[in-house]
Amino acid sequence: MTEFFEVGELSKAYPGVQANDRVSFSMDAGEIHALLGENGSGKSTLVKMIYGIVRPDSGRMTLLGQPHAPANPSVARSRGIAMVFQHFSLFNALTVAENIALGMHRPPRARRLDDQIRATGSNYGLPLNPNARVGDLSVGERQRVEIIRCLLQDPKLLIMDEPTSVLTPQETGILFATLRKLASEGTAILYISHKLEEIRDLCNNATILRAGRVVATCSPQEKSARELAEMMVGSSFSAPERPNSAFGEPLLEVRGISLRPGPTFGTPLKEVSFTVKRGEILGIAGIAGNGQDELVSTLSGEASVDSGDILVSGASLGRTSLESRRRLGLLVAPEERIGHAAAAEMNLVENAFLTGADRMELARFGIANWRKARKFAEAIIEKFDVRTTGAASYAGSLSGGNLQKFVIGREILQDPLVLVVNQPTWGVDAAAAAAIRQALLDLAASGSAVVAVSQDLDELIEISSSIAVLNNGSLSQPRPVANYTRDELGILMGGTHDIRLTAEESNDSA
Amino acid sequence: MIRLERRRRQSRAWALATPVLAVCATVATGMVMFALLGKDPVEAIRTIFWAPLFDPNLASYARPQILVKAAPLVLIAIGLSLGFRANIWNIGAEGQYIMGAIAGGATALALYPLDAWWIFPLMITAGIAGGVAWAMVPALLKIRFNANEILVSLMLVYVAEQLLASVSIGLLRNPDGIGFPGSRNLQHYESAANSELITGTGIHTGVIAAIAVALMVHALLRLHRLGFQIRLAGLSARSAAHSGANPKRLTAICLAAGGGLAGLAGIFELAGPAGQLTIDFNVGYGFTAIIVAFLGRLNPLGIVLAGLLMALTYIGGEMAQFMLNLPAAAIQAFQGMLLFFLLSMDFLSRFRIAFGTARIN
Repeated sequence: MTEFFEVGELSKAYPGVQANDRVSFSMDAGEIHALLGENGSGKSTLVKMIYGIVRPDSGRMTLLGQPHAPANPSVARSRGIAMVFQHFSLFNALTVAENIALGMHRPPRARRLDDQIRATGSNYGLPLNPNARVGDLSVGERQRVEIIRCLLQDPKLLIMDEPTSVLTPQETGILFATLRKLASEGTAILYISHKLEEIRDLCNNATILRAGRVVATCSPQEKSARELAEMMVGSSFSAPERPNSAFGEPLLEVRGISLRPGPTFGTPLKEVSFTVKRGEILGIAGIAGNGQDELVSTLSGEASVDSGDILVSGASLGRTSLESRRRLGLLVAPEERIGHAAAAEMNLVENAFLTGADRMELARFGIANWRKARKFAEAIIEKFDVRTTGAASYAGSLSGGNLQKFVIGREILQDPLVLVVNQPTWGVDAAAAAAIRQALLDLAASGSAVVAVSQDLDELIEISSSIAVLNNGSLSQPRPVANYTRDELGILMGGTHDIRLTAEESNDSA
Repeated sequence: MIRLERRRRQSRAWALATPVLAVCATVATGMVMFALLGKDPVEAIRTIFWAPLFDPNLASYARPQILVKAAPLVLIAIGLSLGFRANIWNIGAEGQYIMGAIAGGATALALYPLDAWWIFPLMITAGIAGGVAWAMVPALLKIRFNANEILVSLMLVYVAEQLLASVSIGLLRNPDGIGFPGSRNLQHYESAANSELITGTGIHTGVIAAIAVALMVHALLRLHRLGFQIRLAGLSARSAAHSGANPKRLTAICLAAGGGLAGLAGIFELAGPAGQLTIDFNVGYGFTAIIVAFLGRLNPLGIVLAGLLMALTYIGGEMAQFMLNLPAAAIQAFQGMLLFFLLSMDFLSRFRIAFGTARIN
């Protein structure tokens, strides 16, 4: 019997980098196949060749025994390949049905399309109201739009690129049920992710890529997450260790801060209170857009609160400037690496100066000491293993993971009393993420207080002593990690809302 | 298929090459325009670019004039460039230039005919203060009400022009001027005159000031924290805020720098080449300086070169007007082309022209 889908010796080179080097793997019908690899390992290039966005230099692909060499995505789609991208391509102002019709070759009439959307949705447990405006949907629901758009083409091979990076555990559960049902009906699914536990849970087989080559093909259930990670990175790395120590005095106290929404900040903060003690890491969980940016900005001093107060070591901050907060020891690493934490078109010396000028005494009477700033940048690069050609490199030339190590390292080396990090490992490869988490744990162990705001629950469970959940601008009472179940966290993160919606929609369509 | 691809970062080679290319393209299109006007294009370009510098009969007059014209352009353009770098768009330097001249001139006229060494420095201070005060209007409105500084600063140019007209026929009119509009001529008031430092060279205090300001601003941008924050604000406002820059303060500083230097240029011009406040005292330096700032790539040293080039086209253009009978509008169109080509060529430093089909990586 011929293989359902086969990739043979596929190679693709870009100037200066061999993105794919004789990559081969095969899939059966109904198989859920994981594509695993660090950022830059060649996953995206491989998938883009399958989907017809990029043409291979050499090698071949066969789909159902026929040669598969799509000249563009629409050819790939007509042959039964569909892809759900990590970044959605939806128009917020249009309805679900309109968005789906836009992506179709010959869309059916509106009434029929609505029926198809409802039918496919209820069939696969993805209820959607075709007339809802996409702008009003949650991230999980938007992903459903993308998936249903794919399913309406009746795909033979469905490619999913990092689908769960934006989902709550409940939404992830719904997605997995859908994917399993699809697979049981014979659709092959190529599943790209860096979340190893998920892959072990969902996938039948895994192809592991490193530096453009296949380093292993295995059954992920038979390997531990750690073994998979080590194959992916090519070396063993230590999972972060959490020291077991009692906490000291409170270093950061947030007392009932509120922030009205404005042009810059869309979500209001409602009476947010918490305390972080010396040596403690408080994790703040929540889906993006629930007030994370607003909370972090009020802590950094970039936004001033309408009411409430923030205290560092017992001293009230009031409306003090960002610079004086830094001098007090309250440091912040914001979420956006480029354009907030760092400037792409400045080199690493200048970017080190960006937040380090005061505490590292890189300027006297306003005159920058660039030699000292260079030493500081080089220290960050060395201590945090930032892979770059040197301190003179532009921040924009670094990979996401390396720049994030630089950004976090820049704050940690300033010896903060309190460090606030927003999405510390967002879009960062596994090795860099592990290094960053370990650095945060070490920082807490050395006597600082850390606030980690993250969408990644696994991450928070791994590093935090206690977790609170931010939902629509309100923060739940922080509780020790051990006192939660994953489901509870998911429900707090906004899962309740989703489940209710799901039930209503199911009734509608029934 | 031809496509545009965004460059990962700005190409340094292109950043240096674009002003040169823009000048070449301006010369080429200018020649076509002059030919269409029935003039000898080679002769026209020669008169604009070559005669003022090297023609044995004209150079001795033209060369000093180039410095006289370049000094205010450079001073104003450097002030504006600080704002433009930080995305603060002061378009009203012309008004700030007028207000600097009025404030400095009024100071001198109030003290006439006192003879003291401190009069000239006092005038300069008043000139700067006048420009800063005028620029603070858009600054405060932007800070307080988020009003668009482009519109406010531009509108204030017309207010300043009306004020200039008013004082030159009213408050500051020369009492000995037998009813003619215009103030006393400051060139004839020794303590207030901004005269040539070396006879026959065109070098007056304003020329020295322009060079000094260029060097100081260059150092500010390279070495000082404020300069760093201005550069950072232009690249990313959020990064600048994260580094501790107060955006309101930055707005005030950048507009003040633009206004102050425009005011400085105004008082140097009034006390020197112009001599007296008249209704037509201003000749558009404040607007031309915007072109100069961009032609110099918002870099203080580049602006010095750009100011000299622009002054050359002014002087050469004047010569072409009276020697070849070219209409003044043609010269203005020629200068406009320079900005047009510069901005369009600037695109090449940020985008790459690619041939063939899209490649996504």
